[in-house]
Amino acid sequence: MTDREVPPLRETALVEIHRALDARLIEFGGWLMPVQYRGILEEHRAVRERAGLFDLSHMGELFVEGAGAGDALASAVVTDPRTLVVGRAHYSMLCADDGGIIDDLIIYRLAVDRFLVVANAGNAAVVSDELADRFQGWDAVLDDRSMATSLVAIQGPASRGILAPLTDIDLDALRYYAIAEGCVAGIPALVARTGYTGEDGFEVFVDWAQGPAIWTALEVAGSAADLIPCGLGARDTLRLEAGMPLYGNELDRTTNPFEAGLGRVVKLDKPGDFVGREALATAADSPLTRRLVGLVVTGRGIARHGYRVMRDGRPIGAVTSGTQSPTLGQPIAMAYVHPDAAEPGTILAVEVRGQPVPAEVVPLPFYRRPR
Amino acid sequence: MIPPELRYTNDHEWVRVDGETATVGITQYAADQLGDVVFVELPAAGQTFAQHSTFGVVESVKAVSDLYIPIDVEVLGSNDALGAGPELVNSDPYGAGWMVRVRVTDPGQLADLLDATAYERLTAEA
Repeated sequence: MTDREVPPLRETALVEIHRALDARLIEFGGWLMPVQYRGILEEHRAVRERAGLFDLSHMGELFVEGAGAGDALASAVVTDPRTLVVGRAHYSMLCADDGGIIDDLIIYRLAVDRFLVVANAGNAAVVSDELADRFQGWDAVLDDRSMATSLVAIQGPASRGILAPLTDIDLDALRYYAIAEGCVAGIPALVARTGYTGEDGFEVFVDWAQGPAIWTALEVAGSAADLIPCGLGARDTLRLEAGMPLYGNELDRTTNPFEAGLGRVVKLDKPGDFVGREALATAADSPLTRRLVGLVVTGRGIARHGYRVMRDGRPIGAVTSGTQSPTLGQPIAMAYVHPDAAEPGTILAVEVRGQPVPAEVVPLPFYRRPR
Repeated sequence: MIPPELRYTNDHEWVRVDGETATVGITQYAADQLGDVVFVELPAAGQTFAQHSTFGVVESVKAVSDLYIPIDVEVLGSNDALGAGPELVNSDPYGAGWMVRVRVTDPGQLADLLDATAYERLTAEA
């Protein structure tokens, strides 16, 4: 231990609403955030069956503007945001020179020369600093509005029906991974059809001070559809069922996109150089030393982050995320394993408190929403 | 409500003493703190445990927690219903959510346990 002072936790504009709802508040990414309100299982099911409301104001919102914004971003991240049509978004990553992942991102194109980059809370400052550094020499200005933006997500099959009457944005024309500017409950907002739950849903970006108003408007509008507030606990089980990686678990500085099964995201052939290209090109041509897989535990026990994955009594990998899947009613996990053991159908074991518990490699995602 | 007839520990287990045998579970406070319980691992009959040692594991969606035995015991049986219905720990922690039935091997240790008033004070301070 050191004497270094721990900085105080940041609070979102919604913290008093969370307290009034009797949420359990925890530290996450430097923020005081609700992990659950009534219970993770109930909140999880609400999102799968109806709708859930999330405060995601801890996420980082970085606006990039200027005639060279597209070129600057393309030189900084692994994707090519210049290929985005205005009003569309894609999943991306910021990598280090050695190809390690600094953060995973969603990049939205708001206008020809204006983009929004959404970063994970715990990485927002690092991403902001890295982008500022990488933009030097480009005609692009970075505006870090993380502390000036509230982000509320409404997720679940009833989301469209709840949001539509509140907004002038045509939600039927707003496709998955699209974004539009308009008003929600009279409040100027950016509305994106994105999420981290495996369900249809929307993310609503507003000015910081409008967070409580937008939350309350959505909560009231959703009450007839039994929308409930949902915390980070349900967000985690929902994203895990949907096979989506979580930075810090599946992704980190020592992981490259190819091991994580995200090679398709890396655009090695895009025009111009970008940070990490050389290392990523080498990684793309090299045999993998490990691969991210899905596991369903078939024995009795729940695989958890850090548990060893075994084959024939020998360790061949480690669990990155694991829980009891509320939708499947079975323990599920993601794990990095030796490539020889990554084929779906392979029977492995997870070491739970010293005992091997059988688990089967399955394709990701664990859950796909009915269409 | 904290049942007045039970005895309690600082680790939020409860003990229902019935002559030389006893039943052990976790309190409503503990269950609420854990959140939705999704898995319980309990010992087989015949196993013995020394006071304060780990006799099982309870897992919620998010967390894994050890269960501590409040007194020296020999296990007589575990609650098999928790295999298919771990949520009983949340919904009925003092009843259907019980965990193990034990033989009390050192009755003198029962004096180490808290009464309901003392336990209520403990959770009020937490």
